[in-house]
Amino acid sequence: MKAVQLVRRVAWQLWLPVVLVALWWVVSAGSTDFYFPPLADIVDSFRENWLFDKVGSDLVPSMRRLFFGYLGALALGIVAGLLLGVSKGLATALNPVLEFLRALPSVAVIPIMVLFFGLDEEMKIATLAFVGFFPIMLNTMDGARSVDTQLRDVARSYHVSFKDRMLSIYFPAAAPQVFAGARIALSLSIMALALAEMIGTPGGIGHNVLAAQRAYNTPAMWAGILLFGVIGYVLNWLFLRVENTVLSWHRGMTAVGR
Amino acid sequence: MSAAVTSATPHRPATTMKEQMTTDTQAQAQVPVLDVRGLSHSYGTRAVLEDLDFTVASGEFLSIVGPSGVGKTTLLQCLTGLRQPTSGEVWFEGTRVTTTPRGLAVVFQDYSRSLMPWLTVLDNVVLPLKSAKVAKAERLEAGRRALQLVGLVDFAKSYPWQLSGGMQQRVAIARALAYNPDAIVMDEPFASVDAQTRADLEDLVLRLKEQLGITVLLVTHDIDEAVYLADRILVLSGKPGRVAEIIDVDLPSPRDQVETKAMPEFGQLRGHVYTMIRQGISASSITTDATA
Repeated sequence: MKAVQLVRRVAWQLWLPVVLVALWWVVSAGSTDFYFPPLADIVDSFRENWLFDKVGSDLVPSMRRLFFGYLGALALGIVAGLLLGVSKGLATALNPVLEFLRALPSVAVIPIMVLFFGLDEEMKIATLAFVGFFPIMLNTMDGARSVDTQLRDVARSYHVSFKDRMLSIYFPAAAPQVFAGARIALSLSIMALALAEMIGTPGGIGHNVLAAQRAYNTPAMWAGILLFGVIGYVLNWLFLRVENTVLSWHRGMTAVGR
Repeated sequence: MSAAVTSATPHRPATTMKEQMTTDTQAQAQVPVLDVRGLSHSYGTRAVLEDLDFTVASGEFLSIVGPSGVGKTTLLQCLTGLRQPTSGEVWFEGTRVTTTPRGLAVVFQDYSRSLMPWLTVLDNVVLPLKSAKVAKAERLEAGRRALQLVGLVDFAKSYPWQLSGGMQQRVAIARALAYNPDAIVMDEPFASVDAQTRADLEDLVLRLKEQLGITVLLVTHDIDEAVYLADRILVLSGKPGRVAEIIDVDLPSPRDQVETKAMPEFGQLRGHVYTMIRQGISASSITTDATA
């Protein structure tokens, strides 16, 4: 019974992707259109490039940039968000600056990053961190602000230290919102990664996509775009697994509440 | 039992509960646990509390009773140092209260909002001890003992939201006990549980107070509860709230939900408190009419 249900669910989720890919395969088969090469050619190109010729030279560096940039965004965003959420004075003082920075289309800062950090790793990682920072910071701040007044009174009356207040009260209370922000930041970071790699020094998936387009190698271009999609999908899946584990108390509590 | 709790909490070595119990009568003659002098509070131009004077002796159970909106919660916040009164002073064991005194633990009204849902029952209970830098083994031991006192040691690893309302409030009480306080202040702690659970919790608090020799201040709007639990009742009444009367309760201890409440003295006290509160309400409505 259980297995049957599982198969049914997977099938229900898979039928559309399967149909779409099949449709693409059939419609594009034998295509001579320069912009829309046959899917078979794209798959060939994908295999040549990414299984596993350019894994070490491009995929791994891309992932490393994403890892460090995103980690930076998480660390800075959570710390800043908690401080701003706890201190009303600090939030008021910094609000105009933060609102201005947030209103900037974040990838527009890439030229500034190039000025500051050059065209290499530093620029790419800094861009990623900057782009990912804002949704995490803003959501964390919101979550920290929403801590119940009674919990604040508990913390004050029992002299809970600043460190314990942050780690045991404000951060866990904000965690559902931190995760919401972090998930937005993840997709924004992947976007920033693609762009930073197209602009910076050669190397990485983004650079490969642009180089393939410039070399009129459309199948390779499509293959790179597909790879971005796969990476985004897999990382998001991983993200949800982590969220489910960390926020198990929250799921449990809301389930009881219903 | 009481000595066990005391020994496991070295963060505040001043007076242990054991000492306090044995020197109970002497202490009463000495510095009161709580000394309120001319306390008034207003929010802007709206006066909430006016010129409150009273003391609480060591080991005493004082009920503060009054109708909704009389300023009970404001008073409690002033007593615990969570709010500074507009004028007047609060002294705790001979020290002026500016923040919550270390010897004072608070049990808040709404258990569902005063416990952290992401921490287990035991972690909730020991969090204040962690901040007080009590060594890990010791604080876990103190936490388990406190949970034992409220009968929840088997639920140490559960989360608060997995427990019933009455059990959650017992966790909040255990947190207060683990803190090893000289006095516990409770803000309508049983307002949101059913009648049977409420009676059980009342008896639990009475038993713990006897066992550990703690001073208890209970804020409530329930007259029966105020009379049943207290050694003395402070009736808060009027707008702004004033001390209408402080009544000695001479009911025999230990109290019993059925027997005590069936005593004629209980009925008399209950009626008396009720009248005091009614008088305060009608008096204040007359003055408001006159000034309006």
